[in-house]
Amino acid sequence: MSDNDMNEREKTAMTEEQIETEDVSDANRGRVISDSTDEADDVLIETGPTAGLDDDKPSRGTGQTIVESRNIDVWYGDDQALRDVSIAIPENEVTAMIGPSGCGKSTFLRCINRMNDLVDICRVEGELTLGGKDVYDENIDPVALRRRVGMVFQKPNPFPKSSRDNVSYGLNVQGIEGDHDEIVERSLKQAALWEEVKDRLDESGLGLSGGQQQRLCIARAIAVDPEVILMDEPASALDPIATSKIEDLIADLAEEYTVVIVTHNMQQAARISHKTAVFLTGGELVEFGSTQKVFENPDSERVEDYITGKFG
Amino acid sequence: MSNEPRPETEPLRRRGFVIRKERLYGRLIAVCAVLTIMVTVGIVLALLGRALTFWTAVSPVSFLTGTQWSPIISGTYGVLPLVSGTLLVTIASAAIALPVGLAAAIYLSEYASDRARSVLKPALEILAGVPTVIYGYMALVYITPLFQGVLPLSVPVIPSGLPGVPEFILTVPSLRTFNVLSASIVVGIMIIPMVSSISEDALSAVPDSLREAGYGLGSTKFDVSTGIVVPAATSGIVASYVLAISRAIGETMAVTMAMGMSPQLPYFPNVLRNLVESSQTMTAAMVQIAQADSLGGVTYEAMFALGMTLFVITLAMNAVAELVRRHFREAYE
Repeated sequence: MSDNDMNEREKTAMTEEQIETEDVSDANRGRVISDSTDEADDVLIETGPTAGLDDDKPSRGTGQTIVESRNIDVWYGDDQALRDVSIAIPENEVTAMIGPSGCGKSTFLRCINRMNDLVDICRVEGELTLGGKDVYDENIDPVALRRRVGMVFQKPNPFPKSSRDNVSYGLNVQGIEGDHDEIVERSLKQAALWEEVKDRLDESGLGLSGGQQQRLCIARAIAVDPEVILMDEPASALDPIATSKIEDLIADLAEEYTVVIVTHNMQQAARISHKTAVFLTGGELVEFGSTQKVFENPDSERVEDYITGKFG
Repeated sequence: MSNEPRPETEPLRRRGFVIRKERLYGRLIAVCAVLTIMVTVGIVLALLGRALTFWTAVSPVSFLTGTQWSPIISGTYGVLPLVSGTLLVTIASAAIALPVGLAAAIYLSEYASDRARSVLKPALEILAGVPTVIYGYMALVYITPLFQGVLPLSVPVIPSGLPGVPEFILTVPSLRTFNVLSASIVVGIMIIPMVSSISEDALSAVPDSLREAGYGLGSTKFDVSTGIVVPAATSGIVASYVLAISRAIGETMAVTMAMGMSPQLPYFPNVLRNLVESSQTMTAAMVQIAQADSLGGVTYEAMFALGMTLFVITLAMNAVAELVRRHFREAYE
């Protein structure tokens, strides 16, 4: 949790009670460490990142950090993709990552849910925490991690199954109990797709349009109720109307979820994000701050050049 | 320099000999294509002609419904025992090859490292290159004796004294020297590469974006392989299954050597007995007729009737496969 990001309301709310709950959370962490690796799965889900800290309903701009990286370096073989990236991503806000192609913003996104593990030659160094826990710790099961961190990809990638099965896939894989039909309906409504597919839930998701497919993928990601949703240029393959639907959706999602979005489109970042991180060529994080500040009055001249379109 | 007129090196008009050359190539290729088709048609016609001659002497109904095949000794031409022999070997070998072949394909496509795959895939395909006569020999000389040593005489499948079950029904006799079991095992091994190789191609063709979607939702590797990749590759897997089964139906040498020459209707309800007994497939019966000396007339023509029946069966299989494939085919782009 970083003090700079804390707003006034939070500071005044820093009561004894909250300090107490923090102690509880520390105790929880202690328990986690003593647990065996086999149980890491369950523990990871039980011990929410804000366990004991969030007694109130989480509201926008609590300033609570949920994902934090410290000095992350990433290599693909001998090529360094990220250099010394340190960033604190706040909870329940939209954080945008912008930058030219090949600047490492997608790589950073994929560090958060360890999708980079799937690339043999990828090596990650440094510390990246989710809710205070190092996700690259050897006790952490990437499968359990990805159950807490959902992802939406650049190209819509629904499974060749019915819309219903697409959304319930994660529920089945994760063994989530409850009325799946109800969860499917709720997720599709949240993804603003329900009205369009409610009469053809059993038809293949591949029969939908590109924008609908992407919303189906978002519904699929939120059905399992992750804490963080990573979006890797989710609208880059879509037309302007579908894009604007996705953008509205992201704004709604930020009410409940933390959204980290990579985008090529600077206007999009300006429209939808609360915070913006600018990566520039070479895998450096050049600037990170509130979107307004980054776009209107960036500290770095290089960022200003990039944003005003002098390069990139 | 740009003011000078460019020399006419390449006239825009095509020259005559180029056109003639192109036309010649086109015709050569067309001839090859037509030749292949004509050979196929020729084979079918030859088969059909002799088969029809046979069916004028022996009625098709008695051929297709007859329960005894004894062309040389008693001159009875009932094809059912041979069809059942073929079906037995096909089902038993498929029971081995389809799951094992698919599992091998999943391993190669999803689990094996690039290095392991580059060694294993060709190695598996060598299996397909082993002459089938060697498989028949293996069945006869190694597998059957091995099982004869392991399986005791007359195993009661259901404990004796069970009310209502006559004891003899489910007692499996000991393995014959020529038996369906060994033949099925080697035919199964023979068709594994076909299943694994074609299925592996189908699995590898599933776009990585689907795997990523699965991993992103917290799936394990096994979840992704079995729940996403395999269903997405269904059409290719079904194609590999049908090709493998067609191959098992048409397999000749190994079953002729290992299974014996005693056409039988299947034992029922003691189904396990079918595996330990000797039997005969349609292909093996054709070999037997072809080998027999100075056979003329109806018996000789029976071979063509069998061939025609076999051809119709495999053709039907391929047609079914195509339908299934179309049903499962999904477009990803």
